[in-house]
Amino acid sequence: MIEIGIQTAAYLFASILFILSLGGLSSQESAKRGVLYGIIGMLIAIVATVLGQGVEGHIYIIVAIAIAAVIGTLVARKVEMTSMPQLVAILHSFVGLAAVLVGFGSYLDVDTQSITGTEHTIHLIEVFIGVFIGAITFTGSIRAWGKLDGKIMSNPLLYPGRHIVNVVLLIACFVLGYLFTVAPGLDGMLYLYIMTAIASFIGIMLVMAIGGADMPVVVSMLNSYSGWAAAAAGFMLGNDLLIVTGALVGSSGAILSIIMCKAMNRSFISVILGGFGAVTSGVAQEMEGEVTALNHEAVAELLKEAKSVVIVPGYGMAVAKAQYPIFEMVQALRKEGKDVKFAIHPVAGRLPGHMNVLLAEANVPYDIVMEMDEINPDLPSTDVVMVIGANDVVNPGAQDDPASPIYGMPVIEAWKAKTVIVMKRSMAVGYAGVENPLFYKPNTEMLYGDAKDSVDKILGFLKG
Amino acid sequence: MDMKVGIPSEINPNELRVAATPKTVLRLIKQGFSVFIQSNAGAKANFSNTEFEEAGATIVSSAAEIYSNSDIVLKVLGPTEDEVMMMKENLVLLSYLWPAQNPELLQKLADKKVNAIAMDAIPRISRAQKMDVLSSMANIAGYRAVIEGANYYGKFLNGQITAAGKVDPAKVLVVGAGVAGLAAIGAANSLGAIVRAFDTRKEVAEQIESMGATFLTVEIEEDGATASGYSKVMSQAFIDAEMELFLEQAKEVDIIITTAQIPGREAPKLILDYHVAAMKPGSVIIDLAASTGGNCALTKDGEIYTTENGVTILGKLNQLPNQASQLYGNNLCHLLDDMGKAENFKIDMEDDVVSRAMVTYDGKINWPPKPLPVSPQKPVVTPVEIEDPKITAAKNAKKDAVSMIVKLSVIGALLLVLGQFAPSEFMQHFTVFVLSVFIGWQVIWNVSHSLHTPLMAVTNAISGIIIVGGLLQTTSDLSSPMTILAFVAILVASINIVGGFLVTHRMLKMFKK
Repeated sequence: MIEIGIQTAAYLFASILFILSLGGLSSQESAKRGVLYGIIGMLIAIVATVLGQGVEGHIYIIVAIAIAAVIGTLVARKVEMTSMPQLVAILHSFVGLAAVLVGFGSYLDVDTQSITGTEHTIHLIEVFIGVFIGAITFTGSIRAWGKLDGKIMSNPLLYPGRHIVNVVLLIACFVLGYLFTVAPGLDGMLYLYIMTAIASFIGIMLVMAIGGADMPVVVSMLNSYSGWAAAAAGFMLGNDLLIVTGALVGSSGAILSIIMCKAMNRSFISVILGGFGAVTSGVAQEMEGEVTALNHEAVAELLKEAKSVVIVPGYGMAVAKAQYPIFEMVQALRKEGKDVKFAIHPVAGRLPGHMNVLLAEANVPYDIVMEMDEINPDLPSTDVVMVIGANDVVNPGAQDDPASPIYGMPVIEAWKAKTVIVMKRSMAVGYAGVENPLFYKPNTEMLYGDAKDSVDKILGFLKG
Repeated sequence: MDMKVGIPSEINPNELRVAATPKTVLRLIKQGFSVFIQSNAGAKANFSNTEFEEAGATIVSSAAEIYSNSDIVLKVLGPTEDEVMMMKENLVLLSYLWPAQNPELLQKLADKKVNAIAMDAIPRISRAQKMDVLSSMANIAGYRAVIEGANYYGKFLNGQITAAGKVDPAKVLVVGAGVAGLAAIGAANSLGAIVRAFDTRKEVAEQIESMGATFLTVEIEEDGATASGYSKVMSQAFIDAEMELFLEQAKEVDIIITTAQIPGREAPKLILDYHVAAMKPGSVIIDLAASTGGNCALTKDGEIYTTENGVTILGKLNQLPNQASQLYGNNLCHLLDDMGKAENFKIDMEDDVVSRAMVTYDGKINWPPKPLPVSPQKPVVTPVEIEDPKITAAKNAKKDAVSMIVKLSVIGALLLVLGQFAPSEFMQHFTVFVLSVFIGWQVIWNVSHSLHTPLMAVTNAISGIIIVGGLLQTTSDLSSPMTILAFVAILVASINIVGGFLVTHRMLKMFKK
């Protein structure tokens, strides 16, 4: 048993470590140290809590943590880098679930029932809000996980009057919240149940309404929610460590969402309200020109002749797990003295920074991986751009077709290069559901097939 | 009907080019024309009669034959009076004419009922680029300016550090970043010189930088761009500032290439005598505007000479007649192609390109044409009131400050209300909360883009801190609902912590340089 003062000191130290942990991610070199800070901070926080006053049932705690440690380790070891988005989403749902459980627990807690007056009311409001955010995070994340894992259709589900329904549900929650705070003793339980159900429904619908191309925003948004849920739990338990950490995570997720929205030229509000990817305002440009395709040998020839090559990877590369053969190809080309670079669009993939992680997994040195703004000025002087499984992020319609739903979104200007090779499974539209005029440009050649197979074949011709 | 295209020799001894080459003759014949060329017309550009014959042209001995028999005559320089006299009625003439400077020539052509197309008057619109002889010739001139300038300069253009000592790179100033200027920048840059460029049009800054030069500018807000794609005449204040800039540069640079021309006028005088005097001995000035009066006050058209202080001024350039003829000939072919080839040859005065370049038609002078803006132009904005940028900035700052004060007062008022009702304990927590949001906000903006996925994973792990909530709620009584809830909460939160940290670690291990 340790004193309150010492516990507070330990919490403060843990908070500092968490801040340093996030700060460490500002560069690759300091990032590993950042994780270490995070782990130490977490250990200190847990130990200080367990040893603190009023904690009983240590045996159950140890059992729960032990089981979780095994599960967590297995999952983290086994997960493919390509399924990172799913993992992140499901982990968010856990935080949401925990927040709901802690909220209910706090309501049931005998200690909190003894407080009265404003303090009691405030505590009830805290519980209510905590459970609300937690439930939305929980079901929303599960929904996002389903979408990302391909278990649920990624098309946005839009029903007429959904905004009105949402507003009505929110009002209902307010009313329930009022009833909940004035209910004596544990009589408010029913309202809490109903509200949890409503919040769960809102969480599902929130994610359902958002199109596949906006998934990076959704995931970061849920990341933010999970933080706010933790902060809300901190308020109801009167625990500053939870508040600090929750606020850190919450603002981190919010910033990521903003960055993602900016990268897609979308307003945050419209993404959250949903509806992108299905509605086309005005008549989209008619596609002009012809789509021409090449075979693997011809692509290999093109690459042999090129001096500079830029590779634009997208979700298709992740799906096909093509990052390894791609890097092998890059190495072969670099050995010939060619200038090979990767161009990453901020929203390529389904998670902020998704492509960077995949390329890092294949040992691609990060100094040849460029951001969109770094690479765009170089593209007009580039011989070959290979678009591997990316679509919307290289859509010229975003710049010259005001009727296009993605008009105004910053894109990688692949079409400015001398030749563009687009590797794609079929002529299907991208995640945003928008036609891509790039395929019809005279300097664009298509190469159909699975990205990994195709790259393997090209590699064969390059070496042979 | 058989359409005859004739190509006479150029009379001017300084003109080495010819309006057709064996290759363009082939194209003309493919277009359905029969081609007649004066004997030895291509000699100065290294094209022999035999080559032309092999391409399918008929060799004609005199210019008179060409002018009296052809339907279309292709020339480089505008015709002299004698040449005009030889022309038959309704002849279509394609050549340089400089209509603004040569009203008498236009009159004579009109009197003769010659339909003359001034190749130099082809409008600068996207569609007509393939016929734009000014661009194709300017490209050559820009390149040659550097090559010949380097020849007279007589030192290395690129900097070198050798065992025998260090050689500084040459500094080149290019004035006017049109086609010639940009070509010069590109050539000088690829030879290793330090290149600077000046242009009155702000919009070309990007093009200048893309070719590898530094864009020089004066501290006066005035844009020299016009709708025609050329520059306009600037105000006196601007010119003064410009002169001062050139003086500074003249002291420093080794080679100056001037390319500034304003259509229909004498070239602006940009490099004055005191600029030349300020230059180092051995420096070189190449004046591409020499034929229209020169950008340098001391330029002598068609001459190369060295001033008293050792500055060489080039008033003429080798035209690369062989390739220049090829490009010029191609431009002509493209125009004839556009006019319907031999079969459907037609002078279409509705056509934007033809009607503007056709300076005499049906016995009348058709000059100047109505203005036509070049394709991509920013819309012309009429400023409602002209404001000093400093005042505007100050106003904005004031506006910002006011809105900031309003916002802060609102926030302050809200906090006061909250403090009124909420217990002090809540306020303490709230303080912690708000400050943490601010810290998070500051810290996260620094996170590198490529680390966004690890960031998510790590924040995920950290948000597992909610385990603390579970820990505080566990009791030793497993049957109590609170303990069950807490148990599950601890379980899922711990999965989060362990999974999140491990997967972040795994990811970061992969990032390497």
